[in-house]
Amino acid sequence: MSATLPPLHLAVALDGAGWHPASWREPQARPHDLFTADYWAGAVAEAERGLLDFVTFEDALGLQSSHPTEPDTRTDQVRGRLDAVLIAARVAPLTHHIGLVPTVIATHTEPFHISKAIATLDYVSAGRAGVRVQISAKAHEAAHFGRRTFPRFGIQELDAPAVRDVTAELFEEAADYIEVARRLWDSWEDDAEIRDVATGRFIDRDKLHYIDFEGKHFSVKGPSITPRPPQGQPVVSALAHRSVPFQLVAHSADIGYVTARDADQARAVVAEIRAAQEAAGRAEEPLHVFGDLVVFLDDDPTAAATRLARLNVLAGYEYTSDAKIFTGTPIQLSDFLRELQQAGLSGFRLRPGVIGSDLPAITRGLVPELQRRGAFRRAYEAVTLRGLLGLTRPANRYANANIGPSEPEGTVGP
Amino acid sequence: MSKPLKQIHLAAHFPGVNNTTVWSEPRAGSHIEFSSFAHFARTAERAKFDFLFLAEGLRLREQGGQIYDLDVVGRPDIFTVLSALAAVTERLGLTGTINSTFNEPYEVARQFASLDHLSGGRAAWNVVTSWDAFTGENFRRGGFLPQEQRYARAKEFLVTATGLFDSWRGGEIIADQATGTFLRDARVGAFVHSGEQFDITGQFNVPRSPQGRPVIFQAGDSDEGREFAASSADAIFSRHATLDAGRDFYADVKERLARYGRTHDQLQILPAATFVLGETDAEAQEISHEVRRQQVSGATAIKYLEHVWNRDLSAYDPDGPLPDIDPAPGENTIARGRASVRMFRDPLATARQWRERAAAEKLSIRELVIATTARQSFIGSPATVADTINTFVQADAADGFILVPHITPGGLDKFADTVVPLLQERGVFRTEYEGTTLRDHLGLRHPDAEADPSDQRVAS
Repeated sequence: MSATLPPLHLAVALDGAGWHPASWREPQARPHDLFTADYWAGAVAEAERGLLDFVTFEDALGLQSSHPTEPDTRTDQVRGRLDAVLIAARVAPLTHHIGLVPTVIATHTEPFHISKAIATLDYVSAGRAGVRVQISAKAHEAAHFGRRTFPRFGIQELDAPAVRDVTAELFEEAADYIEVARRLWDSWEDDAEIRDVATGRFIDRDKLHYIDFEGKHFSVKGPSITPRPPQGQPVVSALAHRSVPFQLVAHSADIGYVTARDADQARAVVAEIRAAQEAAGRAEEPLHVFGDLVVFLDDDPTAAATRLARLNVLAGYEYTSDAKIFTGTPIQLSDFLRELQQAGLSGFRLRPGVIGSDLPAITRGLVPELQRRGAFRRAYEAVTLRGLLGLTRPANRYANANIGPSEPEGTVGP
Repeated sequence: MSKPLKQIHLAAHFPGVNNTTVWSEPRAGSHIEFSSFAHFARTAERAKFDFLFLAEGLRLREQGGQIYDLDVVGRPDIFTVLSALAAVTERLGLTGTINSTFNEPYEVARQFASLDHLSGGRAAWNVVTSWDAFTGENFRRGGFLPQEQRYARAKEFLVTATGLFDSWRGGEIIADQATGTFLRDARVGAFVHSGEQFDITGQFNVPRSPQGRPVIFQAGDSDEGREFAASSADAIFSRHATLDAGRDFYADVKERLARYGRTHDQLQILPAATFVLGETDAEAQEISHEVRRQQVSGATAIKYLEHVWNRDLSAYDPDGPLPDIDPAPGENTIARGRASVRMFRDPLATARQWRERAAAEKLSIRELVIATTARQSFIGSPATVADTINTFVQADAADGFILVPHITPGGLDKFADTVVPLLQERGVFRTEYEGTTLRDHLGLRHPDAEADPSDQRVAS
């Protein structure tokens, strides 16, 4: 049955020393190096050695916390992080094939800045940039900016009407944010730079476009100061757990990360996203739905679970996650990924429990196993991230604006 | 003359989006591909320069209501390209121009602190301000700021960011795997700032970076700008590239330092300078004229004249005489997104002077613009240029220069290969980097080494 399945896509989510709060205490962890370029370059090189599609870099505009919505007072876990876009840019010249997908927080940043930052990441990586868009409804992070206030709430209050209103509005704003970033990427046509010595013109200004975005939350004029990036449109992705973010994925993204724990949940989530995609008028556009999994891998089936248990003891509590926590062998994980793929997922974003050991287990254990099954590439087949994901280079929505109707074609989003 | 020779500081400004950048010849490469930035940075590092400098503009320039198309257009995001350049260089300082009007302190502070970590202590921030609603149209918060508030905003932005940089003192990360203590104190990075421009509180999330804080540049020339620099900057990117103007500026700014308890060596004065090299001085002069003609095409000359006349002059022949009509009165509205139009404070007088000069010297519009706009700062053989630069620095007209080549990306190569060795022979420029951080290169103390506890820059 699985022989008929296409190869799957594989990404790794990098965060600190790993996703388990005690990961930094493992012998393979390098907790003193977390704020150095070498650490990140090493992790991404390992991922590239495993021919992975891309890596994501987590980010936040506040310190990590064991509490979902508030700061904590713990001193036994990794705290502090570097800007994800800068980490991605720092490793770009040191790698050649792997996609680089930093997290950005739409809630507190400028879409104009982020659009040109991701476009520039695409230039410095020669077409390997993506972005993962996240919102922040945390009251204490809003206080770092002092421009807006959110009610303080706990995770159990997510369904309280006031909290739902706030998060719904932030996701709506994130959709506008992505729309602005995408329009800015298209605000220069590919051949806008002409260097016409005869007329003295460096650009053909008819090929630069104001984006004139006006939304409920902000308006942005354009054009970008950065020319259209090599991929045309860098890859946009978002993590989604519920209906509102599913809408964002369906409307605006190229990849949605979901936290289905089994094949049934995967089928249900994919069906919901596909329906929303159709409702958004994007049924014909490729949209990847990736499963997010936290993974602890070992060649011995019980060793991984034993290691997780040991890390839980070190942490002082049982680690839980929005995503399924998988413990087992690369062979068992291969079976599980193919099962989820059968249910409609096209790829996976694996969160290594401990980067120092679970990332090499992915690249040197899981990947060869998937390759044996014909389920994963044996060499990089494309030079851009879009290419690795089977996405074509999109036409520029403004390219025919001068000769055709004023409504641009191929527009994504609201 | 018993004074020891001053060591010269040199930096490389990536050619920008002004008409000084020549894009029209075959040697002129891409202004956006990373290979151009990498080439330029590697040349600067090969020549042991102190740092690379990037300018910024957050809205494409317009003239007469249309995007200005005669100069290079298009630039990368500063932080992203500097972080990538950190991967292809090892010692070169990385200076980015970042606007205090269209950014927030928390984000900018973590970007610079991240750059400093990722470059091993090579980050610098050229703090600039804007107030125009024109640029603000690209930003969600608008950004219109009354002109008189721009330094207040910049100062408070810098004070706030400094508070964030200093919210981690170093040593907070224990990361003891055996005992399980990662942090010395859960309240790391705690900060409160309450002011006119910013009212923020919480915890900064980037640990203390190698330089403590990025090196701070200031570029303004007004009295307020000079005072801001004397109080808060580590280096000034100045425009005074002539000997006399340079000495006056240098003396004025250095004198202000004492008021802030600072010494002369704690503020480097680094004017921007252009250059043309030839085998001989005569050849350099010839090349200089040719470059000036490339920089000021007929079309560029007409556009430049419009800045003064404040009206459409497209009907005029650049090879003909100056317009006999007068500049349009009132606020200059023809050019937007360009700071230089403000230098014509009395357009009627400027137009009169230019007409008189053009008539007396029989100059066409294009010739007049070439004659009135700045020539290259240093023109000559490598020996002449090396001597001139050294003279300026030893005479206290500058502590060094930020060189602006007119060709991307190879415009620095010849300087690196011919002038730098002469400066090294004269014993006024390093032959190897002595330290690893930009502070080391510039002779600036690490902020934690500052003896004076009443350091003015520490946030309130």
